[in-house]
Amino acid sequence: MMTACGGGDAANAGPPGAPTLEKETSSSEAASSSGKAKLLTDADVTLGDIDNGMVEKGKTTYDVKCQACHSMGENRVVGPGWKGITTRRKPEWIMNMIVNTDAMLAEDPEAQRQLEQCLVRMPNQNLSMDEARQVLEFMRTL
Amino acid sequence: MKRPLLITTGTMALAGLAFVLVNTLPGCRPTTTQTVVTGDAASKVYVKPGTHDEFYNMVSGGFSGQLAVYGLPSGRLLREVPVFSVDPETGYGYSEETKGMLMTSHGFIPWDDSHHPELSQTNGVPDGKWCFINGNNTPRIALIDLGTFRTHSIIEIPNSAGNHSSPFTTGNSEYVVAGTRFSVPMGDDAQRDVPISSYKETFKGTVSFIHPEPETGKMSIAFQIVTPAVDFDLSHAGKGPSEGWFFFSCYNTEQAYSLLEVNASQRDKDFIMAVNWKMAEQLAKEGKGKRVPGKHYSNWWNDKTHSSETTVIDDVLQLDPKEHPGLLYFMPCPKSPHGCDVDPTGKYIVGSGKLAALIPVFSFEKMQKAIAGNEVEGDFAGIPVLKYESVLHGEVKKPGLGPLHTEFDANGNAYTSFFVSSEIVKWNVEKLEVVDRVPTYYSIGHLCVPGGDSKQPWGKYVIAYNKITKDRYLPTGPELTQSAQLYSIDGDKMELLLDFPTTGEPHYAQAIPADLVKPREVKFFKIEENQHPYVAKGEKEARVERNGNEVHVWMTSIRSHFAPDNIEGVKLGDEVYFHVTNLEQDWDVPHGFAIKGAANAELLIMPGETQTLKWVPTRVGVWPMYCTDFCSALHQEMQGYVRVSPANSTVPLKGETVSVDAGV
Ligand code: HEC
Ligand SMILES: [Cu+2]
Repeated sequence: MMTACGGGDAANAGPPGAPTLEKETSSSEAASSSGKAKLLTDADVTLGDIDNGMVEKGKTTYDVKCQACHSMGENRVVGPGWKGITTRRKPEWIMNMIVNTDAMLAEDPEAQRQLEQCLVRMPNQNLSMDEARQVLEFMRTL
Repeated sequence: MKRPLLITTGTMALAGLAFVLVNTLPGCRPTTTQTVVTGDAASKVYVKPGTHDEFYNMVSGGFSGQLAVYGLPSGRLLREVPVFSVDPETGYGYSEETKGMLMTSHGFIPWDDSHHPELSQTNGVPDGKWCFINGNNTPRIALIDLGTFRTHSIIEIPNSAGNHSSPFTTGNSEYVVAGTRFSVPMGDDAQRDVPISSYKETFKGTVSFIHPEPETGKMSIAFQIVTPAVDFDLSHAGKGPSEGWFFFSCYNTEQAYSLLEVNASQRDKDFIMAVNWKMAEQLAKEGKGKRVPGKHYSNWWNDKTHSSETTVIDDVLQLDPKEHPGLLYFMPCPKSPHGCDVDPTGKYIVGSGKLAALIPVFSFEKMQKAIAGNEVEGDFAGIPVLKYESVLHGEVKKPGLGPLHTEFDANGNAYTSFFVSSEIVKWNVEKLEVVDRVPTYYSIGHLCVPGGDSKQPWGKYVIAYNKITKDRYLPTGPELTQSAQLYSIDGDKMELLLDFPTTGEPHYAQAIPADLVKPREVKFFKIEENQHPYVAKGEKEARVERNGNEVHVWMTSIRSHFAPDNIEGVKLGDEVYFHVTNLEQDWDVPHGFAIKGAANAELLIMPGETQTLKWVPTRVGVWPMYCTDFCSALHQEMQGYVRVSPANSTVPLKGETVSVDAGV
């Protein structure tokens, strides 16, 4: 019953280009345009040797906020499995998917392609930059 | 309330009254909408799709017991906040966690009557933090947190009946007050079991001062003042020069206990009661009060455990004004005053005698002089009555019929509603001169100017909350929508801009600039901070456990599945508690929960929150459960089953979610 990423009613998918809900803004304009978030670039994310402390924290966050939809293996639950994800995706792309989810789904062709398959919008789980970076570190071990 | 009006031939001639008889007397219709609404009204209330209103309008639901939130100037309904009544939209009063909010010393009360929203204040100005509202029937005061637009705290008022002249605030929300409408006998059983006809001797009123803790919003009764038996109607705190005083309108100074309509309308003048609350506060501090029986509940919503917490208090601190001269004074006020409104300067107190044909305006400075010079005309049940002429600033002559309630703008003008002549009258407070009037459709009760009972009115609009709707909207059988009307007060002439329908009875309302509220909004609850005893932080913690005949399900929901979604081993005779945690961490992604045959309700769970539905299965079988809030394209897939076996079954208890390709 949990194959997901297939079937479903495409007409009911979340509205394309749905509002970018920026965390700190409260002006009425904030809710009215998508893709305004500034995406991270490769200069914003650097990888060093694997930091086990960060991996540990990343795993904790994963268990609470991601595990319901992403497996650590190759199989898809609601979203794609994470095995080998850091060999498939650039670190900044992964980070953007986590912290700028709505902008990515609105603009990034790869993210949009996945949405077309899964038909569930990846939720913005409102991770801080540090938490997202820890999850990325955890992904590197998969 | 749509009560029939008493109409005598003498008043028939008065314009404005006639439309109450609109269906029988077509010739007497007042000015029609067409002639009242000018060309550009539409553009003034048009809020472009995707943009926000300028003001929040917190409107009581009257007999619905709730608070409705509208945007102004559009009049769009944004939310109905459940307060004193259960709510099938949010599960308030149904989920195990929220039931406690409606507990009282009389047990669980599912439906009450809410009247006056009052915004919390800092330095005499609404600050957008909280909104208070009173429950009339089983006397209570509620505090709504404007960060979550949820009822955060409810306190029951002991030794009270018909909690009407409430919950008005002091300038820094040190206190909100709760005054009795009905006087009643108080004390032990023998003292309360008395003939109704002993009203004068044995009945008492009270005004309670409730302190909300600034950090937590928890409320407690600081002190309660016992008063002679009258009916209190409305109240307002002094401000500026009158800071430290509180004013209550009272009627039924005839002390009638039957057919009040006639018997309580005999005297020429009733009273405005002035309370020196700074003095009362001091007396309470000095231990001059007496703790008397007064069992009451104080319920508080804990945002971290997502559950209500109830404290039961057995007594209350009472002050007897007869022992403390200087605490209370009565000022004579014509004919059953309703509104008791202090102008922004704090110099004047406006009484609106609902059976009077004038508006008396009292001067705080004169009141102080009258007290100092002992200018009294006598006493009422032991409380000094100041001389009317000594305390009067002046009277607005022939303003209209049936003045009810007054609010103010920042330019020295007052706006008074007239129920009987169905109009809003604008008048100058210093000069006591009427400057404009405009009809309302129909029979206005309270009105509201944004910030209009504070030190700093924002002005711009006056909104009429009407008691009668009649022909204004598409008819819907015997029961019609209730309604409000928005008028511009920017120019010299008030201008009708918009009618908008309301839920329940829009009894009273307050409005506040949206910018003071919006930055406070909580968008979701942080799952890390969730301390619910049955929270499941992630699917790893999802499980089913038995404890005697109680089965507890730690369940998670996320777009678009539950964990567990297959449960077996439940038996007849079990009580099943579904503790559903919404794992989403984004704005606007609630999930719902429903299971077939649930005799109680459903749940609606906000992101990061845990809520509990109790389900007692009554038949063997496999029962479906599903998400009731459309959450994603696969919402219709968000479902599961619970198997219920006979009481003596040996099916092992288990809960799981099975994925066809669960490889890892
Ligand atoms: C409600 C289910 C759900 C949750 C919870 C969820 N995701 Fe996703 N995720 C998806 C879906 C579905 C996609 C595919 C894109 C789409 O359909 O929007 C996705 C895609 C991704 C991708 C891109 C995967 C790839 O192979 O390219 C990353 C990275 C990602 N998610 C990270 C996270 C992280 C980190 C969390 C936890 C903080 C998380 N997700 C929580 C559903 C979810
Ligand atoms: Cu759902």
